[in-house]
Order: sequence, then C-alpha cells, then structure tokens
Amino acid sequence: MDGNRLSRRQFLVTGVTVSGGLAVGISALPRLAGAATVSATPWDDDAAANELDAWIAIEPDDSVLVRYQRAEMGQGSMTALIMCVAEELQCDWSKVRTEYASPNRNIREHNVYGNQGSGGSRTVRESHFLMQRIGANARERLIQAAAARWQVPTGECAAANSVVTHQPSGKQLRFGELVGDAAKLKLNQEPAIKEPPQYTLIGQPTKRVDVPLKVNGTAIFGIDVRVPGMLYAAIQACPVPGGKLRAVDKAPALGARGVVKVVPLPNAVAVIADRYWRAKQALAKLQPEWDVGNAGQTDSAQFNQQYRGLLDRPGAVARNQGDVDRVIPGAAKRLEAEYEVPLLAHATMEPLNATASWRPDRLDLWVGTQAADRTLHDMARLTGLKPEQVYVHNAFLGGGFGRRHGVDEGMQAALLSKAVGKPVKLIWSREEDMRQDRYRPQAAIRFAAGLDGDGKPIGLSARVAVASIFRDMGRAELIKHGVEPPAVEGLANNPYAIANQRVECHLYNTHIPVWPWRSVGSSQNAFFIESFIDEMAHAAGSDPVTFRRALLGHRPDWIKVLDTLAANSNWGAPMPAGKGRGLAIHECFGSVVGAVAEVDVSPQGRLKVERVVYATDCGHAVNPLTIEEQMEGATVFGLTAALYGKITVKNGAVEQGNFDSYQMVRLVEAPRTEVHLALTGGKKWGGVGEPGTAPIAPAVANAIFAATGKRIRRLPLVDQDLSYQRTASL
Amino acid sequence: MISLTVNGKSYQFDLEPETPLLWVLRDEIGLTGTKYGCGIAECGACTVEIDGRAMRSCSAPIGALDGAHVVTIEGLSPDASHPVQKAWIEEDVPQCGYCQSGQIMAVAAFLKNNPNPTDDEINANITNICRCGTYERLRRGIHRAAALMKA
Repeated sequence: MDGNRLSRRQFLVTGVTVSGGLAVGISALPRLAGAATVSATPWDDDAAANELDAWIAIEPDDSVLVRYQRAEMGQGSMTALIMCVAEELQCDWSKVRTEYASPNRNIREHNVYGNQGSGGSRTVRESHFLMQRIGANARERLIQAAAARWQVPTGECAAANSVVTHQPSGKQLRFGELVGDAAKLKLNQEPAIKEPPQYTLIGQPTKRVDVPLKVNGTAIFGIDVRVPGMLYAAIQACPVPGGKLRAVDKAPALGARGVVKVVPLPNAVAVIADRYWRAKQALAKLQPEWDVGNAGQTDSAQFNQQYRGLLDRPGAVARNQGDVDRVIPGAAKRLEAEYEVPLLAHATMEPLNATASWRPDRLDLWVGTQAADRTLHDMARLTGLKPEQVYVHNAFLGGGFGRRHGVDEGMQAALLSKAVGKPVKLIWSREEDMRQDRYRPQAAIRFAAGLDGDGKPIGLSARVAVASIFRDMGRAELIKHGVEPPAVEGLANNPYAIANQRVECHLYNTHIPVWPWRSVGSSQNAFFIESFIDEMAHAAGSDPVTFRRALLGHRPDWIKVLDTLAANSNWGAPMPAGKGRGLAIHECFGSVVGAVAEVDVSPQGRLKVERVVYATDCGHAVNPLTIEEQMEGATVFGLTAALYGKITVKNGAVEQGNFDSYQMVRLVEAPRTEVHLALTGGKKWGGVGEPGTAPIAPAVANAIFAATGKRIRRLPLVDQDLSYQRTASL
Repeated sequence: MISLTVNGKSYQFDLEPETPLLWVLRDEIGLTGTKYGCGIAECGACTVEIDGRAMRSCSAPIGALDGAHVVTIEGLSPDASHPVQKAWIEEDVPQCGYCQSGQIMAVAAFLKNNPNPTDDEINANITNICRCGTYERLRRGIHRAAALMKA
C-alpha cells in the first residue's frame, strides 16, 4: 500500500492514545447466531479480497460481505437493503455482514453505487429493486461458474443457502469456492427478480444488524473517529446567522495549556488544541466581535407578525379547483381559523462533528453524513481537489432527521486541518449545534371552509406563509411560480373530495436558515389540515372517522388506514371525564400513516398522552420490525415537537442552547405505542422513516379537543392554557 | 497526578483537575463508547458507573475522582453478555444508538438496586434522553433484563 492509498482501517487501528491506553479501533465482535453483522468501522476504500463485484465479496468460508451505499442513522435501512440482496443471492443470512460502500470508489467506478444519500425516506423505496437485482446477478454468476466447472447446463443447477447444487447428480460447490470464477463472468441478460409473493426473507421481521455494536460501545460514530496525530477543535460561529467575524483577540486563548492555534474563519472562530476539552475551555475565553447587520435587530415577535401579516395578502396559487370565493361565503355553515407553528431544531443526540485531514493531494473526511456522495463533491469544490482525491468516510450517524444533509461541519474541519497542516477533529458543542442549526421553518396558515345544510363540506381554502427550504438548500430553481412542494405538502395534494378548493402559498425567508426536518413540510401541514378537518367534522356534527371516510371513497388505501385505526383504538367507545381520543391521517413520502392518540387532561390543564395507535400503509414491508420501530420513534419525535418544541430568536440569535431550554420527551412521558400495518401492496412502496412524525401533533390536539372542548391552533402545547371547566357533557 | 481505575485497569493522569471524566475516557483512554451529548448532565449519553453508582461523566471533574473505580460500557461485560445488553439485543432497542451506552449503564445500575421494578419506578429513575424515541422498546428491555437477571 503506497502512502496515497492509506486504508481507512489503517487509520483507525493504528490510533494509539496519548496516555498509552488501549486503542479500541476495531473490535472483533462475536457473531450472533442467526444474525447478519456489520463492521464496527463500516468503511473501507480498498477493494476487499474475494470480490465478486463492487457490491459483494465472498470469503472462502462462505461469509458474504454486502456493501450498503446509503446512510444508517437509526432508520434501519442498512438492514433492510442487505436483506434485499440476500433474498436473491440465496445465501445464509447468518453469514452476511455489511459495511458502507465508498463514495470515492463510486466516482472511480462510474457511479457503481448510484445515489448514496438517505433523505426523503427514500433509501429503501428507491433501492430495494436495485438491491434485488444485485443479488440476483451475483447468484446467476455463481451458478454459471459452477456449471462451467462441472461442464453441465446452467439450467440443471440451483443455488440455496450459499451452495450451488447440480440437481441431477447432487454435486455441490460452496459460494466461497466459486467467487473467483464468478467474478470474471458477465451475464448476457439480467435475471428476473422475485415478485413479492415469492419473498422469503423480505417481509420477515428481522433484527437490525447494527444493534450488537450499539450495546457494547463498539459502533463508531463520526465523533469516535481517531486519526494518528490529530488535533481537536472547538468552534463558535456568529450567533446571528449570516453574520461575519469582525475581529478577535487571540491572546486569552493562546496562553492556555495545550492550545495550538486560534483560527479565525469568515464567520467563525475556532481554537485548535491537543485535547477537545482544552480547545473548548480556551474558546470560551475569547470575545469575538461580529458584524451582524440588520439581522441583529430581529426577534421572534417580529417574525410572527411578518408571517401572520402575509396571510392578509393573496399568495401564489398551488391548487385551485372550483370557485371557493363564491361557494364558501354562500355556504350554510362557514368556518375560519388560523394556525401557527414555531421554528424547531433537529437536536440530534450526536452533536455535529467532523474529522478532516487535508494534504496537498488528498482530503480525507470522516463524518456521519446523510449524503456521503454530495459531501464528497462539496469538499472537492471547497478544496479545489479533484473528486477522485476526496475520501469521505461515512460513519454511523447519531441521529440525522435531515440535519446531516449539510456539510457545515465538514467544511470547517477541512479549513482547520489546512490551517495547522494536521488532521483535526472538530466537535460542535451542544450549544453550537442548537444555535447553528438549520431549522424546521415556522409557519402560519389561514383556513376557510363551507359546509352545506347537511354538513357536507363544499369548499376549503388554505393560505400558508412559510420559509422556502429549497432556497436555503441552494435549490431555488425548484421553486415554480412561487410554490415549492414542501411548503404545501399535504395541503395542495390532500385527497379529501371537496369540490371547491384553493391552496395559496407565501414563501418568505428571514436570516434564520431552514432545512428539511423529519417529515419536512408535513411536520406542520399535517397538524394544520388534520386539525382543521377535525374542526369541520365537529361543525358538521359528524364523527371524525365517518366525516373523513365520506370524503375518501376514491382512496381505498386511506380508508384501510382509517378502518384499521378505528378497529384497534376503541374508536367511539365512551371515555371518562377528562380523557379524549383524537385521530389524524396523512400521506407523505409515498405512505399513508394515521394515528389515534388518547390523552388525559386535568381541569388545571395538565396533559398526559397515554396511548398512541398507528396504522401504516407503506404498500409493502421489507422489514416489518423496522417499520414498527420507526413509528414508535416517530411518536416521541412528533410528541416532543408538539409538547415542547420552540426555537425563538432575540437580537437575531437563537435563544435556546441545550436540553435545559429545549426540552425533550423522556421515558416518563412516552406513551404506550401500538403499530398496525395496513398494507395495500400493488405498486406502492412508501417510506417509513418520516411519515410517522406527521400525524402525531394533530392526533394529540384533536384528542385534547375531545377531552376539554379546547381547540389547539398553536404549538407547542406547553405554551397553551389547557385548563377547563369539567362539566358533565365532556 | 490523578489515579483512576477504569474497567479494572489502573491509569494515572496529569491533567487539569476540572477536566470532565467523559473526555478522559474518550480522548485519553480511547473508550469512545461513552458519548458526549450535552455537557450539562441533562441527557445522560455519558452515563458511566463511578464507585458503583450511575453518574453523568460530562459533569464529573476528575479532580474529585482520585482513586475512583469507573466502569464504562466497554467494561460492563467482556462479550455483551450482561443481562441488559442481552435484553437490548433481544428487544432490538437501539436505533441510531448514540444514547444507548448511557441508557444501558443507567439501567444496569438501576436494576442492581431495583431487581423487580414497576413502570413507575422505571419512569422515575431512567431519565436519559433518546432522540430516536426508543422508549417503548427500552421499557420492554428493562423488564426483560430484570427477568434475565433472575433466570
């Protein structure tokens, strides 16, 4: 191995600690019976021995390495996608192991891995057929290699359990004995892949391959990477996003023990030291001066006024059918309501971090990223190196939720490595992570609806004001006629059969950057529309399930989710005073997910969400266990936002900084969660990472209404007065 | 010099006494299973056992720990055979996994003193944050670990 082709593994195993302690680079984990495994450090740029192709290697003992091309941030796709390969490969699942596919190799080998990003709940639904094809192609080559060895027709041979058998004679060869020959073969025709009824592994609840590494400390996250000779950095960027560093007196930090350098960047200042703690302490001694411009005069109260004010003006039209201006004013019953939600932080458990080594001819970046391929190109642009010279080593992600689609931390780490000429590990403090986030936008909406004399809805209009996510992602070209899909997701495409509908949109950005946040536009729009539909149902004197059902006759998948919810949630059964049940249903990322929440509210306004029942239609299930887990987790993620989530701005800067001021739901508040699959199959392959987040806030808000008669039109709930007079009628 | 025993091994450190144990474990010894989450003892990702008690190592300065015995996730068992680790695998608890070292250490210490915990006792004692929201399975995992400890 020459100096320019240092393997990532070598970096890690040679990581000796300063005080001579043990180096925990790679640990050989005992293989669990019946479970596939994953490398503790799941990256390697070098071709493995015994490769069949860029995706698959088979060892002489028949153990199979399948490379996973996207990101594992807890959503379980690493397990699901290699299941799809194993389904076709006919290999022993207990002998499968995985690691990340190299983004650099993806460049060198002409996009062999395709899209390497995990976002938009896309990983499985976009790649499951591809992974089946990779497995099927490999299996056929192994069969052909065996047939050639025996000089028999291929059609007389079959593969099962990592063995090829010549059926007439019973002769057998193991995959491990065939890989060398098979690697040289190219198929004239791609083999057919299995249809869903033929699946044997896909569809089985399967334990996650990464779990064993996550119970003994061996899973390596970005923050755990250790590179020989590396230094540590702490950073503070301008607290007002968009501001610049005017000046900083380095002296207070430079005398401190272990401090190597104070590095000013255009919008930040960093301290590099021999220990992270020393870097962090020294940074706290600096008093940087910032140029913040007019943004420094802004605060949340102004933003709230601006978004509300936009609701008085017509917006860009995202949907227009019939004539709401005629129908709603003339309706027998009319409703109007305004809703609002605040900015939210991602607050991944692992604060952003990156380790960079920038040498003249090569950049290495170790980072947990949702998009290793895009990160590679971003780093190439930053450094001026060719993409082939950039090595992005993805790690396990300590949460993503959309945040790890950016490369702020990677760019900074690279610049700091250049500044000291050594590898640098940069860690954002929790406070930096919360104040330099790219946030879920705040939004306001005004609804109007009209019902006829029978309570049937005849008109619905919505005007939403929200920041453009695409603009802040540098994708403004995707904004068409003043509308971008995330802004109106779930509004413009709502399936309710209401003859007259209009959806308008105002895209308005402040200096606070916005970004995808688990379930993106649906995270606020589901709350808006599903709460307002609930208002309409009550105005019509109709049960919320019956009311929705009557508008969804053309959508059997929505009906199935509704019916599954009703059947499993005691829907309609009376509840004691102070308790209520609320329902919401939403479609996003190709899946329909509904939830029924049960709440208890004391007359003083103390809220407890006791139980949540989910029904999910993602079409097909690759790993039903993961789907269940994603819904369970989404309950807590959505509930945290509904109960507590609020980022506020003062003097242009985010006020919250840590979990004491940005609260999270903990075990004591986590409701019992039940998940039911309501799969409709067919051509539908929906995502599951995000959709579960969308219905939770409206389900809880609607349950609060059922319990108290109070309609919740603003989040978070912790800011709302939920107290009420308990009467016999409630 | 400050002396510490970590996972049965002795160490001596010449470091500022206010250095949090968390960073000593991670950066001096290389035990990266213990995680940084908040730095203010709010989230529990850094939970380790100090002299038999679950503590948040981000807020434990080593100057106050001279002679202490520390157990981290890496030292809980040599082969992931501790009942809590086994229960976590059986219940498929972790998602992103970042908080789970701390969760497991908190639960292991809790079960030593509460071998038959009720849900209320669990709620009152296990306060670590999990952003992925694995609480449903975590609760089941605690009960299963308690059962395994009796078996």
